[in-house]
Amino acid sequence: MASDDKPRAPGRRAVTTAALGSLLLGGCDRLAGNPKVQGWLGSASRLSLLVQHWLAGDALAPEYTEADITRSFKGNGTQDPDDDEYQALAASGFAEWKLLVDGLVARPVQYSLADLRAMPARTQITRHDCVEGWSCIGKWTGVPLAEILQRVEPKGAARFAVFHCADPMENGNPATKYYESIDLIEAVHPQTILAYEMNGTALPVAHGAPLRLRVERQLGYKMAKYVMRIELVEDFRSIGGGNGGYWEDQGYAWYAGI
Amino acid sequence: MAGAGRAASEPRPGRRLIHRHSAVVRVTHWVNVVCLTVLLMSGLQIFNAHPALYWGQQSDFDHPLLAMTAEEPARGVTTVLGHRFVTTGVLGVSNDASGQPVARGFPGWITLPGWQSLAEGRLWHFFFAWLLVANGTVYVLAGVISAHLWRDLVPRRGEWRLIGRTVRDHALLRFPHGEEARAYNVLQKLAYLGVVAIVLPVIVLAGLAMSPRLDAAFPWLLALFDGRQSARTVHFICAMLLVGFVLVHVLMVVLSGVWNNLRSMVTGRYAIEDDGHGQ
Repeated sequence: MASDDKPRAPGRRAVTTAALGSLLLGGCDRLAGNPKVQGWLGSASRLSLLVQHWLAGDALAPEYTEADITRSFKGNGTQDPDDDEYQALAASGFAEWKLLVDGLVARPVQYSLADLRAMPARTQITRHDCVEGWSCIGKWTGVPLAEILQRVEPKGAARFAVFHCADPMENGNPATKYYESIDLIEAVHPQTILAYEMNGTALPVAHGAPLRLRVERQLGYKMAKYVMRIELVEDFRSIGGGNGGYWEDQGYAWYAGI
Repeated sequence: MAGAGRAASEPRPGRRLIHRHSAVVRVTHWVNVVCLTVLLMSGLQIFNAHPALYWGQQSDFDHPLLAMTAEEPARGVTTVLGHRFVTTGVLGVSNDASGQPVARGFPGWITLPGWQSLAEGRLWHFFFAWLLVANGTVYVLAGVISAHLWRDLVPRRGEWRLIGRTVRDHALLRFPHGEEARAYNVLQKLAYLGVVAIVLPVIVLAGLAMSPRLDAAFPWLLALFDGRQSARTVHFICAMLLVGFVLVHVLMVVLSGVWNNLRSMVTGRYAIEDDGHGQ
């Protein structure tokens, strides 16, 4: 999943000041720390989204063969959620675990793992690209998100699916639980699945047991692990830090197709 | 616009100012200087998030082509194709702004921002990547329409056999004078053409091949580079080739008359001596 190296605000001023070894570099860093400059630079990400959406349309991400599967697929981000509720669910093999789907839907529901396994499934061998730069190939089996959306009937105003996860990102603090969001165009893409199996066996805890999102045409940090709830919303500005995801709140782009 | 050769003024006898570079070449040149500087520094910032390179579709973590790692106590090690080099202070381990050794691929003084921030490095990189492509498009369109690319950068048939002599002249710091200085020499043509027609297009394509969304739209991008991780490696190699080009380019600019060269790339005017040296 997402990178472990977080931009940390506290040391920033000290770092910036001390880096004034040369006028040029100091100038660069002062510019780099300016939120207005960052807003400007972020406009390129919106341009990338528009152009890539136009170029790619519904095109499928490349799929690979069994022979291509990475032997030791790197677990990244949270490897074992520091959360009592999650640990209790894991201890009983996720028998009590339920996925809640609610928000702007006509029929909010809860699904057990058995419910999800009974739905039509899709298996795909795809490449997982981490924002850090590395790639691994894995085989994922799960329910297409489109199947679930069809059952809960999203209301007309719904624009984004928000994934609320079990893993706190900062010292077990439940207020810092991982979350992510994708638009409904990405949500109904055939390769967008909620995976409960990896490489033919139940999804391991390090990779997001019991259920993780696969969004094959974007980077790893979009693919929320330990998914507990899917909320359909019109706007994600009131959720978390308001940028649509945990890493987005740390400065990463919401659109991660590049 | 070498070879345009229209006399401008007569500053002193035996010396003429000719019109050497068109406005489009001058503006796109300096925009390129800014873009490549920011792209290099932010690119090294992005590289630092996972300072290792691989070949193929995926990362074989145990067998990187290149890796920068930190060992205890505070020792930076760079491994290239299985050969280990201790690079403490520069690669693998370098001092942060407060003078403390930290584990980093490239040191903070050459990354943008100077502190470790993959998110901000990406913001800078993608903004200036768009600018580089827009700038390059203007340059190539103008160069094709004006025939500058064909006339000034593509070596003439007879020039190929001059390569040996030109290399020797450069090594002895003998630069062309008089009429000969009007046009680029064959080494300049090959260097500029190599960057414009090969290295820059390849680095852009390799960058695009790293985008999972574009890999869905254009799977041939992956086939072209033999996989996403090889595309990342090619992207890195091209960046190093550009660094090498810029170092030699700036050295040549300095050695062959820094003010004359700089003026020609700012105002367009280039002074040539009429004394017949080097004829």
